[in-house]
Amino acid sequence: MTAAPDKAFSVGTVSARSKLIAAILVTAYALVAVIPLVWILATGFKSPPDSISYPPKVLFQPTLEGYVNLFTSRTRQTPEYIKSLGPPKTWYDELARKRNMVISGPSRFKDRYLNSVIIGFGSTFLAVFLGTLAAYGFSRFKVPLKDDLLFFILSTRMMPPIAVAIPIFLMYREIGLSDTALGMILLYTAVNVSLSVWLLKGFVDEIPKEYEEAALVDGYSRLQAFVKTVLPQMRSGIAATSIFCLIFAWNEYAFALLLTSGQAQTAPPFIPTIIGEGGLDWPAVGAGTTLFLLPIVIFTVLLRNQLLRGITFGAVRK
Amino acid sequence: MAEIRVENLQKNFGDFVAVKQSSFTINDGEFFVMLGPSGCGKTTTLRMIAGLEMPTEGKIYLDDEDVTFLPGSRRDIAFVFQLFALYPHMNVRRNIDFPLRIQRLPRKEIRQRTQEVAEMLRIDHLLNQPVGGLSSGDRQRVALGRAIIRKAKAFLLDEPLGALDAEFRDLMCEELLLLHKRVSATSVYVTHDQVEAMLMADRICVMNNAEVLQIDAPLEIYERPKTKFVAGFIGTPSMNFLKAKGSLAPGQSEIEVNGVSVKIPKTHESLDNAEAIVGARPEHLSLGDDGSLRGEVFAIEYMGARQMVTVDTEAGRLKVRVPNTIKVRYGETVGLSFDSEKLLVFNPETDKAVNSTLFDGAIS
Repeated sequence: MTAAPDKAFSVGTVSARSKLIAAILVTAYALVAVIPLVWILATGFKSPPDSISYPPKVLFQPTLEGYVNLFTSRTRQTPEYIKSLGPPKTWYDELARKRNMVISGPSRFKDRYLNSVIIGFGSTFLAVFLGTLAAYGFSRFKVPLKDDLLFFILSTRMMPPIAVAIPIFLMYREIGLSDTALGMILLYTAVNVSLSVWLLKGFVDEIPKEYEEAALVDGYSRLQAFVKTVLPQMRSGIAATSIFCLIFAWNEYAFALLLTSGQAQTAPPFIPTIIGEGGLDWPAVGAGTTLFLLPIVIFTVLLRNQLLRGITFGAVRK
Repeated sequence: MAEIRVENLQKNFGDFVAVKQSSFTINDGEFFVMLGPSGCGKTTTLRMIAGLEMPTEGKIYLDDEDVTFLPGSRRDIAFVFQLFALYPHMNVRRNIDFPLRIQRLPRKEIRQRTQEVAEMLRIDHLLNQPVGGLSSGDRQRVALGRAIIRKAKAFLLDEPLGALDAEFRDLMCEELLLLHKRVSATSVYVTHDQVEAMLMADRICVMNNAEVLQIDAPLEIYERPKTKFVAGFIGTPSMNFLKAKGSLAPGQSEIEVNGVSVKIPKTHESLDNAEAIVGARPEHLSLGDDGSLRGEVFAIEYMGARQMVTVDTEAGRLKVRVPNTIKVRYGETVGLSFDSEKLLVFNPETDKAVNSTLFDGAIS
């Protein structure tokens, strides 16, 4: 007879050593992933000389100069002229004057940022709204040529979007959509709707159709049944899909660079054009990037529970 | 409360015929069970009555009103689904009063009726709980509550006990019956479980391969099955079938099984086949040395007061249900005798039972 093992264990139990190794690996990966973000965040709070000093400064005197530069346009003046203006009226006036600058007005960053918000969220809403209805239709009804249609929808994703940029540019110019928020919303919606239909169809497929049938027999119309029974259960699916769509529309650079300029330009093509004295104004770029990252981070954090459920959907049956 | 009449109902899914020319009437207040193996078309029939599926042909009448193509929402019928279909995002109360909320009734009335139904089902203490944490029995009750709160014309139940474990199923069977007596609404109940059907039905409708084979009271179905399929499907273990020499004349009361003459109920019609099939339930056979058919004991299963003895004979392997006072041993040669009054003869070509005195006095 062999001796019983010291500790009974089951196959699913993870040993302490494995846990430690996993923790180290995860922490290491998190550090690597987080360094660029920290770098951007830090650059936003550095002074211009600090931002380009070599070796790079890890410890520095934080300043809001980058943010001030991001939101204002300034002109260089002689110290005599600045003195003649009298004491600075606000803290940001004071910051600018230290560099012999006078604030001449707001920059266009706010408008570009607002464009990003309108176009990003607008196209996400539209793509998810259309996707939800289409996914429900594909999942529940007999649609002629269903498989071909689904494949066609997916195939719009197979080409890199930029490959169609020139035709779209020409079309948009003809019909007056170029450099408009509406044009960008339609474009991003068109790109995202394929993703949204496919993702959401998976979610609808997972919801038993008995839920709607019960409502149908109980006197609800098809639309009422959909709103009352299916939609609430698609919440996590809609959340996950929204995040994917928003990330695409928010970060999109190529189309935005090509199709927008004066009116509807979004933040991504704008940020790299922030030019300071003698080259790029890195602190302002850092500040702009930080602000640009925020909405996605907030959106994801707000929806993280839904998102987690959404990603693991179908893995565990209720 | 209503009578449901189905006439020549047919449903095709492409080339596949799910329900074939079915006609029957479900009486007002009846507990009607549709029984058959999975895929036989019983659920499709139920869904057509509910208006969830539109028939290819035929008519459905609800109290003489033609509802064949009326959407389910306008038929005033309640449906209980196999997996209950409780809405996970609503609590028990919301689930139960769901059908009332669309009717725009005064809030007070909704509350009151929900309370009544919940008390009747003994789930009033759970009203404000989410449905997620409920036991399967309570889920079942909530699903029933949602069905009865409407006071609909008829209840359709699609294997409502299929998701429960065996022990609990018996209990819910009883509860369902009590509820049916109390509400006394026309109920159509679909199941593949013959025990459930026997236990609950006023009448059973046996279906197979998209066709209705027989509609009768449970005892009739058991004792006077009209086809070989019905005979074999009802009863555990199922009926013994023995090959016999065919060609019967009307009035004949004997048939030759494996060279031995066996008495059968006097036939009313002739059978002109080379072969016939004799059906005998395990309790219609008994062991005895004087038995006309002999065989070797192959297996013995004790079942408390009774035992099931399997005997290998030249006519095939037969199951015999005998009291446990009879002592038999494996390998022993025993004689088998038949309870002749209960024997059935089937035509192997049509699968139909040959009409005989056994069917005299049958209700339908």
